[in-house]
Amino acid sequence: MKRFLVSLIGIVMSLPVLAAGGGDTVIRQAEWSFSGPFGHFDKASMQRGFQVYREVCAGCHSLKYIAFRNLADLGYSEAEIKAIAAEYDVEDGPNDEGEMFTRPGIPADRMPSPYANDNAARAANNGAYPPDLSLIFKARPNGADYLYSLLTSYGDAPAGKDVPEGMYYNAAYSGHLIAMPQPLYGEDVSYADGADDSIDGHAKDLVNFLAWTAEPFLETRKRTGVAVLTFLILLVGVSYGAMKFIWSDVKKA
Amino acid sequence: MESKEFKNPVVSWIDHRLPIFSFLNHEANEYPTPKNLNYFWNFGSLAGIALVIMIVTGITLAMSYTAHTDYAFDSVERIMRDVNHGWLIRYIHMNGASFFFIVVFIHIFRGLYYGSYKAPRELLWMLGVLILLLMMATAFMGYVLPWGQMSFWGATVITNLFSAIPLVGENIVIWLWGGFSVDNPTLNRFFALHYLLPFVIVGVVVLHLVALHRFGSNNPLGIDTRGPQDTLPFHPYYTIKDFFGLSVFLTFFAAAVFFVPNMMGHPDNYIPANALQTPAHIVPEWYFLPFYAILRAVPDKLGGVLAMFGAIAVLFVLPWLDRSPIRSARFRPIFKIFFWLLFIDCLVLGYIGAMPAEGIYVLIGRLATVWYFAHFLIILPVLSVIETPRPLPQSISQPIFSAAGGGLAGAMSAPKEKVE
Repeated sequence: MKRFLVSLIGIVMSLPVLAAGGGDTVIRQAEWSFSGPFGHFDKASMQRGFQVYREVCAGCHSLKYIAFRNLADLGYSEAEIKAIAAEYDVEDGPNDEGEMFTRPGIPADRMPSPYANDNAARAANNGAYPPDLSLIFKARPNGADYLYSLLTSYGDAPAGKDVPEGMYYNAAYSGHLIAMPQPLYGEDVSYADGADDSIDGHAKDLVNFLAWTAEPFLETRKRTGVAVLTFLILLVGVSYGAMKFIWSDVKKA
Repeated sequence: MESKEFKNPVVSWIDHRLPIFSFLNHEANEYPTPKNLNYFWNFGSLAGIALVIMIVTGITLAMSYTAHTDYAFDSVERIMRDVNHGWLIRYIHMNGASFFFIVVFIHIFRGLYYGSYKAPRELLWMLGVLILLLMMATAFMGYVLPWGQMSFWGATVITNLFSAIPLVGENIVIWLWGGFSVDNPTLNRFFALHYLLPFVIVGVVVLHLVALHRFGSNNPLGIDTRGPQDTLPFHPYYTIKDFFGLSVFLTFFAAAVFFVPNMMGHPDNYIPANALQTPAHIVPEWYFLPFYAILRAVPDKLGGVLAMFGAIAVLFVLPWLDRSPIRSARFRPIFKIFFWLLFIDCLVLGYIGAMPAEGIYVLIGRLATVWYFAHFLIILPVLSVIETPRPLPQSISQPIFSAAGGGLAGAMSAPKEKVE
């Protein structure tokens, strides 16, 4: 019966891999500071990623679950957050006259979306809907490596592959034809801190940022997890000892 | 139940009029339990604790959840981001469903291996199967609530199964939906039922326990206890053993919740439901995969639905399919082989359920489905007639083999004496 448990755990562990499916997509792997049980966010990289998002992605992609106040997680001070928020125009209202009005953003506001609604987003993008990026990291299998690969795998289609008008070749995308034009070229976003501004550097910074937007509580989760597991492993030891002690007067049948 | 004297006069006064303390003392303290239970007997109490964890986290989540198609997905993200420890409560609930099923599946296979479904525990077993059915309904409706892509499309696929019913099928589906597709009325009723059913499960669990305490636990030898030398009081022996098992269970559970909380979920459920965009593969939660494989193994829609429900129905009548008077697989050499084949068959069905229904997977799925039913409907009834069981020990405390006799058994039993 021992085999039973082992096999059951085995099959459960292998299920996400089975469900993820295959295909001929090419996924590149990279090192991520947030992976592993002691994972943590790289704040400098996340700030750069936020800059890439604002200067490149935000033209089409919303980030609607993120409020400006959340940016404190990236290491911004309250004053910096107020300044960032104030750069955005936010629609508010209705006011006492019943009119909608526009005002500068405040930390409690969510990031404004680039389009008024989904239909406007589609209309501006050849019918393809640019998804909200807040959860994109968790909404794709193997999110970190997948997004990193997607951002860095644009290229010329191999001979014989027909790329229709308005589509682009991407080796990491399922079916290889993606409606999103190549977003990152390197050097188009200039970093103040002199970090790597190649496509690779931009992509990694952006992934670090999107890992945070999807799971802002990741560091707390893992830190709590280490404490909880330490406690539970001790509890396993203590309760095992208590069990052996109580059962010591019973002869095995 | 005879009334017991309690030292505390208040307890005594209450107990004389309302014998709850006598009841608890009798059922949770003195309750005689076979002394030879192995760790597989931990999973019953673990299932009970998993149910409590699910109810507590579920009620807490319901306080911040909005059952409306426009707000459900956002309200879940609100819980994850803005409710204090909301991410923890939700990840416990999400992974708790999977761990509840892991525990219950082990509990069921333990019952199958040691023949716990046989007389006089048939109703105990059938109540357990009923709990499994209720759990499946609850889990299915709970998975719809976050209103992600898999929620929506899973609900669409599963509710559409009822359209296979002849004549009234289409009407039943519209009645289930409360409209002409899975939409806001569907989400609302699923939320109402998802909140209700766990308490129905609690009720059936109480009946399950009443039935259990009538004859007490089965045991690895599958023979009846013959007196106090074969049993131990439940407390402290099994309370501490269950506590140890619980701490091991919680360790695995916490590892999943804190380090791989989305491992057993599907990434597509982090995409808001979209009725105009079908996911490439609609896959149910892992615990439904064997049943999903059986559903798809039958080329006919109605046949598939009947087969899927039949897979549970055979469990209901299992006590009358396996007529062998020997409970434990330890003394049934051929049954033991077929038990493990059935176990592997269920794993194969689970694997096939996760794969697309094409090519070789279809054939393997069909063979595994046929094997599943053959096990219960042909192999078990035949085995109960043709199998020669190994000799049974006379009692739990004296493992003398009735038919084997002789020196070996004597040598084994000689040094045994009960100290307690």
